[in-house]
Amino acid sequence: MSTRAALVLVAALALAACDREERKLSHESTPAPLTPATQKVGELQPGMQGPGLEETKTTRSFDAGNAWEMAQGERLFGWYNCAGCHGRSGGGGMGPALSDERWLYGSDPDSIFKTILEGRPNGMPSFKGRIPEDQVWQIVAYVRSMSGLAATNAAPSRSDSTGGLVPPENERPTAQPYTKPEPKP
Amino acid sequence: MTPLQDALHPAGIQAAHIAGLWWFTVAICAVVFVAILAGLFYALVRAPRGDAATPPDMASMERPERATKRTVVTAVALSIVGLLALLGASIATDRALATLPLANAVHIEVIGHQWWWQVNYDDPVPARTFSTANEMHIPVGRPVVVSLKADDVIHSFWVPNLHGKKDAIPGRTNTIQLQADKPGTYRGQCAEFCGLQHAFMAFTVVAEDDARFQQWADAQRKPAPEPTDAKARRGHDLFMSGTCMMCHQIQGTTANARKGPDLTHVASRPTLAAGTLANDAQSLAAWIRDPQKLKPGVNMPAHHVPDDELDALVAYLETLK
Repeated sequence: MSTRAALVLVAALALAACDREERKLSHESTPAPLTPATQKVGELQPGMQGPGLEETKTTRSFDAGNAWEMAQGERLFGWYNCAGCHGRSGGGGMGPALSDERWLYGSDPDSIFKTILEGRPNGMPSFKGRIPEDQVWQIVAYVRSMSGLAATNAAPSRSDSTGGLVPPENERPTAQPYTKPEPKP
Repeated sequence: MTPLQDALHPAGIQAAHIAGLWWFTVAICAVVFVAILAGLFYALVRAPRGDAATPPDMASMERPERATKRTVVTAVALSIVGLLALLGASIATDRALATLPLANAVHIEVIGHQWWWQVNYDDPVPARTFSTANEMHIPVGRPVVVSLKADDVIHSFWVPNLHGKKDAIPGRTNTIQLQADKPGTYRGQCAEFCGLQHAFMAFTVVAEDDARFQQWADAQRKPAPEPTDAKARRGHDLFMSGTCMMCHQIQGTTANARKGPDLTHVASRPTLAAGTLANDAQSLAAWIRDPQKLKPGVNMPAHHVPDDELDALVAYLETLK
């Protein structure tokens, strides 16, 4: 086989490996009432069952390797004000840091999903019925990426957007409209 | 729906300046175009000086061609004059645009989001400020200073009937000064590619006389009315106990999030989803159920809620006049 034919073959094989990441904009889901029938409360300890508590079902297969879902999670982390307690980029504040390797209630996707939906003692509120579950999964993906648990080929090296927050030192002063100077008397 | 946008039918002094410059440029370019074509046709139809048998006239290599030289010098001079005229007109237009008198101006802040416009009306009294979305009312004959910001990526504010484009850039505030001299409804559009739904990022500018503008502003300042009938009441409760209030604001209720458009008077607006849909109950229901079908990529998630809850929610939102 000639060198040229080999090169063409290699190029074709390389092209075949190209695959655009899929953005699942709409998730098929069954009708869910806006108000859940009973308000669930988090378990006091992981694994402990209390009276009247209903296990939160974690149904969706977790796509850990989708960079777009992770970026959406980052946006929602700001939108739903997770940053208000856990700090922007998860440095911690009123709530525990999310960017370290210490996990109070488990680091696996299902546990984080439950933590967000059910809440946890000492301050973490329940977001059941407040955040659509598809979005909770996106937040889970982002939360895991903050402590290096996401696949390195999916974790973005920089953020998708400025999130409306430009550091104040980078703000430009407002361009003022021109006004005619007053004539001197 | 709103009328088409049209830069050649200016409704304000600023757009009139720009349209004037446009017609001036077209006139000069038309003269140049006609002159060049005329010269070309003249060269084509001119009787040939010889036929195929005639040997080439090599003598012209040495002889100075006065006529050609004269033509070239004239053409260059005319080009310079034409280009200078265009430059002068452009500078004069820019000056005219920048020197709009701004006494008694209305101040409006417009923030570009993916993919809608937030419109904040400023007022020295904080309680009199209010916010709306994808719709701007302005009084006729009064200058309007629009401060432009962007929340995520670069957008561009463009109402062709009123003014040219101005970019909205994250981290800096631009201003654009415009004035409507003719009452009417004008369409605006994002003019800088900003993502999947850039094409569906339109807004409406309503220019009306000062009294009607004040009347509209006063209505917008009012908090949302309490729902009276049972169905709307249920919709209100669903809105407040579900996912809606995580992103939207309705003044006078507990919904205070500011990530999505302010819905305090959503039923009074002409369109939904930044000019994507006409604002009626049917579109509203379809929009709440699956916005991704109507505007793929939009940040509002789908809500596959049971029919009766959707009805109640729509009934409530329809009361927010």
